[in-house]
Amino acid sequence: MSNTDFALAIEDLTVSFDGFKAIDALTLYIDKNELRVIIGPNGAGKTTLLDLICGKTKAGAGSIKFKNTELTKMAEFKRVRLGIGRKFQTPSIYENLSVFQNLEVSFPKGRSVLGALAFKCTDEVRARVQVVAEDIFLSDRLDLEAGLLSHGQKQWLEIGMLLMQEPELLLLDEPIAGMSARERELTAELLQRICKNRSVIVIEHDMDFVKRIAHKVTVMHQGKILAEGPMEQVQADPKVIDVYLGH
Amino acid sequence: MNAVRDLIKRYQLASVLVLAVLLAVVLPLALDIFRLNLVGKYLTYAFVAVGLVMVWGYGGVLSLGQGVFFGLGGYAMAMFLKLEASDPITTKIQSTPGIPDFMDWNQITALPALWVPFKYLPFALFAVVAVPTLLAWIVSFAMFKRRVGGVYFAIITQAVALIVTVLIIGQQGYTGGVNGMTDLKTVLGWDTRTDHAKYILYYLCVAGLLASILFCRWIQTGKAGTLLLAMRDKEDRVRFSGYDVANFRIFTFCLAAALAGIGGALFSLQVGFMSPSFVGIVPSVEMVIFAAVGGRMSLVGAVYGTLLVNAGKTFFSESFPDLWLFMMAALFIGVTMAFPMGLAGLWESHVMPWWRRRRGTSGSPPPAVVEAARAAAPGRPKQGPAPSGGRPVYSPDGGLQ
Repeated sequence: MSNTDFALAIEDLTVSFDGFKAIDALTLYIDKNELRVIIGPNGAGKTTLLDLICGKTKAGAGSIKFKNTELTKMAEFKRVRLGIGRKFQTPSIYENLSVFQNLEVSFPKGRSVLGALAFKCTDEVRARVQVVAEDIFLSDRLDLEAGLLSHGQKQWLEIGMLLMQEPELLLLDEPIAGMSARERELTAELLQRICKNRSVIVIEHDMDFVKRIAHKVTVMHQGKILAEGPMEQVQADPKVIDVYLGH
Repeated sequence: MNAVRDLIKRYQLASVLVLAVLLAVVLPLALDIFRLNLVGKYLTYAFVAVGLVMVWGYGGVLSLGQGVFFGLGGYAMAMFLKLEASDPITTKIQSTPGIPDFMDWNQITALPALWVPFKYLPFALFAVVAVPTLLAWIVSFAMFKRRVGGVYFAIITQAVALIVTVLIIGQQGYTGGVNGMTDLKTVLGWDTRTDHAKYILYYLCVAGLLASILFCRWIQTGKAGTLLLAMRDKEDRVRFSGYDVANFRIFTFCLAAALAGIGGALFSLQVGFMSPSFVGIVPSVEMVIFAAVGGRMSLVGAVYGTLLVNAGKTFFSESFPDLWLFMMAALFIGVTMAFPMGLAGLWESHVMPWWRRRRGTSGSPPPAVVEAARAAAPGRPKQGPAPSGGRPVYSPDGGLQ
């Protein structure tokens, strides 16, 4: 496959579980600085797609190129070091650690065993934690045990842990699940802020939210792409209305 | 003075200091040398228990084969001591003088090549740490890189314990077989059997143990310790934050093996023999019980656990020799069900709150004032873990995952 200008180029990607094709010859390109939202009915393969990009699931066939580097055979932690950050569907944070520690641990220094032993929490780290904490609306919660945060705040914290790594591609699986209306608004604002200088892929079901944030929308159905384009165009597409949005 | 107090708080050294006073002052004054030597023997097991706190409590990986590493360290030391005890003059009645007696009984007529480097103390000391670490690296690299963990890993360590025991017993001419290596007497001419030598070895053991605890505490308080807890509870999150989880597990397992090896070597020195009965499955499981009773999240607790269980073992096995094994099993089941965090957990959840309440009523400043003073104290960044409660030492779901 030739090199491209895209941040992420997925071509002919296929993966099957016991004969069931969860992702079926899927081709998808994400631009630099783009915020793409993926929607689709349950079981369409949205989460599986993110799993394949970050390495949680191994691809059966096809290619995933990030900044023209082939990812399909690469170990998960190496993909992260290349600049891919993944937020899971249910917030995955370290409940026993403080908010500060959660962010500190995600700082991309001291990632080897010896590096971790020698790691010192320098002013640089503290400053970075402070910046990110302000971004995710948690700067006054740094000392709190992360398990005590509300569900929405946990979602933010996980996004913050990814931001610590300054990733070039963010994969966010249902970032506003369990959030109040106010929190959703703040999150939309947050996502618009953080998609500068990086690409973001968001899986979301809330159409109002999608409308607010998406540059482009991809609709998935049965492991394939059903439609792609701006929100208005996708919403008007009869195929999409048929399988997903409803009449 | 403030700096010292700060250091003590940061690394939670108060409990280590209490332990140091108990081991280095109280016990030597209270016990005769026979009993103290016995305590010294138990303390060599405590090296294994401390290692288990790191690998099991912090790393979340249960190993039921730590006896192997204890044994390898012990054998490495014993081989040196045995060679020194087998000089041509003492062994002149053998058909081949100058080799260990059990080799002579097994019709071996020359020192095997494997044994030759063990004539030299520096090599033996190196092997005490290197051999267990190397084996631990091989086992853990093969397992953790393939993401084998939890119960499966525990079973594999049991298999390793069984294999190594069979190997040692089977290769009688090279290892002394089921009797092990006995009659170890001197180190470079220094007789280890005198009371004076026993005191020195006891203190060597105490110093080594305290140094090991401090080293582990240093790891726990740093980023590596935080990561270990993080990957125990949320392995995927750590992996997808750019860490190679397997490498951290391998490191902790090798660390625990190295500590066990040092413990084994000190055992050979203090007790004067080494045998396969410290290598197999039963001693390995016993060592896990020591750590479980003491508290698998507490380095200091592991030492108390080891001392208590062994003191109980000595006492009860004298009085009820047939019942001891059953009592040991009941103890393990009881501990894991009734207080899963062991003695240290009880201390933390019952004794400390009681103590704080008592102190609270006797005119100390109210907690809010203490908190404010703490926040204002120089040298302690406000976002750092609080001296107590802030660190995630006792997670409710910790352990076997």
